[in-house]
Amino acid sequence: MATLAQQIVNGLVLGALIGLIALGYTMVYGIIKLINFAHGEVFMVGAFGAHFTSAYLLPDAMPWYAALPVLCVAAVAVSVTVAVLMERLAYRPLRDAHSLAPLITALGVSILLQEVVRVFYPGATAPLPFPRVFVDSQLTAGSLIVQWTGVLAVAVSPLLAAALHWYVERSRLGRAMRAVAEDPDTARLMGIDLNRVILATFVLGAVLAGLGAVLYGIHYGQIDTTMGFQNGIFAFTAAVLGGIGSIRGAMLGAFCIGMVKSLAGQYAWGGAQYDYVWVFVLLILVLMFRPQGFLGRLERVRA
Amino acid sequence: MRTKSGAALSGLLAIGVVLGTGACGASKTESPGAAGSCDTSKGTLVVGVIAPMSGKLSAIGLGIRNSVQLAVEQANEKCAVKGYQLKMDAQDDEANPDKGAAAAQRFADDANVVGIVGSYNSGVARAIQPKIASTKLVQISPGNTDPALTRGAEYATAPKRQHENYFRVVGTDDLQGPYNARFLVQDEGKKRIAIITDGKAVAENMATEFTKEIEKLGATIVGREKVNENDSDFSSVLTKIKSLKPDAIFTGCDYSISGPLAKQAKDLGLNVPVSGNDGIFDPQFIALGGREGDIAASVGAPIDKLPTGSAFVEAYKKKNFPEGYGGFGSFAFDAANVIISSIGKVTASAAWTGAPEQRTALVKEVQAYSTDQGANGVVGFDEYGDSKNKLFTVYKVTSGAWKDVKSGQFEAK
Repeated sequence: MATLAQQIVNGLVLGALIGLIALGYTMVYGIIKLINFAHGEVFMVGAFGAHFTSAYLLPDAMPWYAALPVLCVAAVAVSVTVAVLMERLAYRPLRDAHSLAPLITALGVSILLQEVVRVFYPGATAPLPFPRVFVDSQLTAGSLIVQWTGVLAVAVSPLLAAALHWYVERSRLGRAMRAVAEDPDTARLMGIDLNRVILATFVLGAVLAGLGAVLYGIHYGQIDTTMGFQNGIFAFTAAVLGGIGSIRGAMLGAFCIGMVKSLAGQYAWGGAQYDYVWVFVLLILVLMFRPQGFLGRLERVRA
Repeated sequence: MRTKSGAALSGLLAIGVVLGTGACGASKTESPGAAGSCDTSKGTLVVGVIAPMSGKLSAIGLGIRNSVQLAVEQANEKCAVKGYQLKMDAQDDEANPDKGAAAAQRFADDANVVGIVGSYNSGVARAIQPKIASTKLVQISPGNTDPALTRGAEYATAPKRQHENYFRVVGTDDLQGPYNARFLVQDEGKKRIAIITDGKAVAENMATEFTKEIEKLGATIVGREKVNENDSDFSSVLTKIKSLKPDAIFTGCDYSISGPLAKQAKDLGLNVPVSGNDGIFDPQFIALGGREGDIAASVGAPIDKLPTGSAFVEAYKKKNFPEGYGGFGSFAFDAANVIISSIGKVTASAAWTGAPEQRTALVKEVQAYSTDQGANGVVGFDEYGDSKNKLFTVYKVTSGAWKDVKSGQFEAK
């Protein structure tokens, strides 16, 4: 029983971290129907931006409540910069191209970013320790043990998703986003600046990825250049599982994946070495019976 | 700011070291040196060195180069090879198999080169072996620990000598597991041990050998789990292991997985030591989450603690090399002395021409070489080219750094 509860908590923490990346996938897909495979790298460069700030810019002795916000700002700034450059230089010129072109470009951008960081960031050829800028101890409840950083992730991640949801539903820019997602041509006729809306979507995704990167770094205590790839795959799967294009769906999908990975490692046949298998078995099953994902809408074929 | 200035400073230092040693390396190899009193009428013979002298492993590589330099200078002083002057030629492989293979090819094509001390990395050796196999040039590694290099891919079940001209003076990976097991059970009194691997061949083999030894010693393996090598969240697997109530965790993975694993074990209140092999014996393991009391069993020993090592350490210090001998200098010193002694025997009967039959004769001499007075004690080779000296050391994380606890020979039982 204690083990089951602990595994559920483990799954929640993992889900919360994946969810923040999944939001970026789902938003970009919702707006321009592009699976931005480089979004995992936006997350990764955010982590390195925070690491750089901590290692080279901040003084050593700085209380965590002062350092943490600075690192968040740094991570978000780096993530947003990279995402904006990516959109402007790689995706915008291809907006009217066949949909395979931006997809392949996304893969290219992903590899480029990984390699640039690996080659030019000092020490990035091996995993780097991430500064401990949050309470480095555990919350103990009976036999249940959670790192405080995990508690933070589980608390913050759904809050951010809710804020994003609210923003998309209520704000002027959010309404423009929904209009572009519905029908870009008509939206343009109505006077919506397409470029601005798409750029804003990338920026919002990057903000969440940057914050996710700091939460990831303080929780696992290390970052490396492949963290974006691995977690990006999970996040993408979460977005598809929850119904790509849906904000609530992405969060739901992420928690599902965290939970399945954690529980399958404990209880399913084959143990921890097959936990990835069960994640993707779930994905296949859901897509078989509900191709639009948990909360997605069936796509109508446009005339 | 400490880290920033630290990094800049070490960068400058590294440049200085490279420039400085480049210069003195050149002057050392070109000057006739102390050979003046010996008969060197027959010419110069070259001992090749292939080691990573730049990059992350440069401390190890430069230690290897300097130690061979020391052996060569000592041989020239003692006129160890009658009629010849010895010279060292060190090539930087940057831990890159292609660079190592190219250097080996150059050595093999040069009739004056009598043998190679190197490489440090097993991956580099894998590239070198086929390049020089047909040339019969003798190669003695001071650092390769992959058992497949001598005994083939099925080294555990069907060992087969891979190359007649390849030897090594260090113990192999497949003995690290059992050595580790003995330490955990016999010295630490561990009874229930859980194993985590990452599915890589090295880790799986290590864990299998470890398991055999643990069971032989009467302790129990409570569980064996595999993690994905790209994973960073091990909380699930550790929760599972925690429910099995182990008193130690053995990891076959290197520090990039084992470090975070140790951190997450602590986060889950799983306060038992993580024990691994040379892959976690790295300061980076501690930086990524290794805790006090975590254990690593690695090849070799801190040389200054060995009774036979003091002469080497003193001689090395007298030469005032800018770098230390590193973890593998003493092994390189022993390897160079094997080549020097063997070439002395081969050239006693006939002048060196570098012909294949002479190189084969040299390989035979190396195979027959045996002493117990090397820097690391016993130096000699079994029928596969593996070292007869199976020296291992256990280290523990103590006040934030690795500290040696126990060294000893691995005796097969």
